[in-house]
Amino acid sequence: MAFSLINGIPGLSQKARAIRKSVVMSLAESGSGHLGGSMSSADILTTLYFSVMQHDPCNPSWPGRDRFILSIGHIAPVFYATLAEAGYFPKEELLNLRKLGSRLQGHPGRDHGLPGLELSAGSLGQGLSVAVGMAIAAGMDNMGNRFYCLCGDGELQEGSVWEAAMAAAHHNLNNLVLIIDRNGLQIDGNTEKVMALEPLKKKWEAFGWDTLECDGHDFRSLISAFQKTGIEQSRPSVIIAKTVMGKGIRSIEGDYRWHGKAPTKEQAEEFISELEI
Amino acid sequence: MSVMQFKNRGNKPTKAGFGEGLLEAGKANKKVVAIGADITASVGVDLFSSAFPGRFISLGIAEQNCMGVSAGLALMGKIPVFATYGVFSALRTTDQIRVSLCYNNLHVIIGGAHAGVSVGPDGATHQALEDIAVMRVMPNMTVLSPCDATQTRLAVIAAIEQCKGPVYLRFGREAMPDFTSPDMGFEAGKAQLFHEGSDVAIIATGHMTWEAMQAAIELQKEGINARVINIHTIKPLDESAVITAARECGAIVTAEEHQVAGGLGSAVSEVVSGNYPVPIEFIGMKDSFGESGPPLELMKKFGLTSENILKSCFAALQRKI
Ligand SMILES: [Mg+2]
Repeated sequence: MAFSLINGIPGLSQKARAIRKSVVMSLAESGSGHLGGSMSSADILTTLYFSVMQHDPCNPSWPGRDRFILSIGHIAPVFYATLAEAGYFPKEELLNLRKLGSRLQGHPGRDHGLPGLELSAGSLGQGLSVAVGMAIAAGMDNMGNRFYCLCGDGELQEGSVWEAAMAAAHHNLNNLVLIIDRNGLQIDGNTEKVMALEPLKKKWEAFGWDTLECDGHDFRSLISAFQKTGIEQSRPSVIIAKTVMGKGIRSIEGDYRWHGKAPTKEQAEEFISELEI
Repeated sequence: MSVMQFKNRGNKPTKAGFGEGLLEAGKANKKVVAIGADITASVGVDLFSSAFPGRFISLGIAEQNCMGVSAGLALMGKIPVFATYGVFSALRTTDQIRVSLCYNNLHVIIGGAHAGVSVGPDGATHQALEDIAVMRVMPNMTVLSPCDATQTRLAVIAAIEQCKGPVYLRFGREAMPDFTSPDMGFEAGKAQLFHEGSDVAIIATGHMTWEAMQAAIELQKEGINARVINIHTIKPLDESAVITAARECGAIVTAEEHQVAGGLGSAVSEVVSGNYPVPIEFIGMKDSFGESGPPLELMKKFGLTSENILKSCFAALQRKI
């Protein structure tokens, strides 16, 4: 049985706020980790886990579940916070992030037995290929599962992503959705300065994908984009979600220096009080 | 077991054994699927793809993606077999193997074709000589290196039905002696005693096992009894067979169509030095690339023949205390 999804926008906003707070708290506790991309992806993950995907936190291995493949492994903090918020494990465990013996590895590791984690990942550019393989397998067996993969925008500089992009279109995988967290930044700065990705929409269209764009922080825009996926009978879908690194904490929004940084305990208090407004 | 039980029934490429074994395993188990990276006929996967077109996935010349897709298929309960030349399947995709396959501990069979200099005229870029070294350091990985076509057929079936987690299976291109009996079976992780003897032990893998057998026959004429051990599973290595050989023979020669560094020779010496140190001589590539030429002449040029093994046996015997 799938667990019941949230219908209203206020409910989703509330979940996203709780997830962002968890991210800040767990990062302040671990003392290292990636805050920027965790905040930019928070609304995408909230939409997926509370409004889009069929899944059951009480039965993580339910065969009928939709699969979420996190390719951008370093935003593990927001992924863990989302899983905990959905009920896959107790929220207190988020404070074990990156600690010795923890199920919450710095980058997701399946061998540590975290419920709801489908794939160990952390080396960029590999997740989409895995999602393609899963989607092909489901197609072979006429299963109705859907497959959602999240990539960062900087990650698209990995050539293997484009091998997977070609394969997904070639095999007509309309059960596959790629979401790109288009926050425009990577560790060294602006993606267009490090290695330009634009025109990104045209690239995906040229690769044969049904290409959608949305505001990655507006639930109506996100939901409407997800509703448009899978309609094309024979094409995979990609959603380019325009986001802001560090979203939700005004003082760090759009600042690439927060890509791979954790807040101090004092900063965390400040950030959390801002999130509560 | 004596040498006489091993007769060459005719030369046959190990890749043919790979193709036959894959077809057989595919007939027996519907979960088996195969991935193609363009050179399917050249690596023996065409038998499977024409028998089961619905279970064959063509992904083109994109090995990194092939490896990730294999991981995804395995996560959904399939048993994927992805074969291409070993230089690509083991080396171009090493990071995908490490993270998507090994860290996730997924049951995927990677076929490494075109192993060794016996690939011949294609030259250095296509002769896999470093694949064992890289594959055997990956946690969770099993590394298989069967000695002839018959054994390769059994090895694919064992890789699919017997092994757990990721498996790297290495095989060659050139038609080489097909001499083992299908009745011998294949137990992954178990060394095979091909010739009795306790003067010196030859521990060989792949095509070099036949060469080792020829060397043992020659040595016998000189009154030297060499033990020949076939290592079809490089990882996990049958440590007790290696330690017993060290203790009972007192000298070892390893033989492989691969770099000595990191290969079977290294694996054997890790075990021997840690348990029962004896002199070891190494037959294999000595930190060099291969080149174009007729397979057997290349084997000769790079010191990979029974004659080289014979000489190394004498050298090892001399070093025996
Ligand atoms: Mg980015």
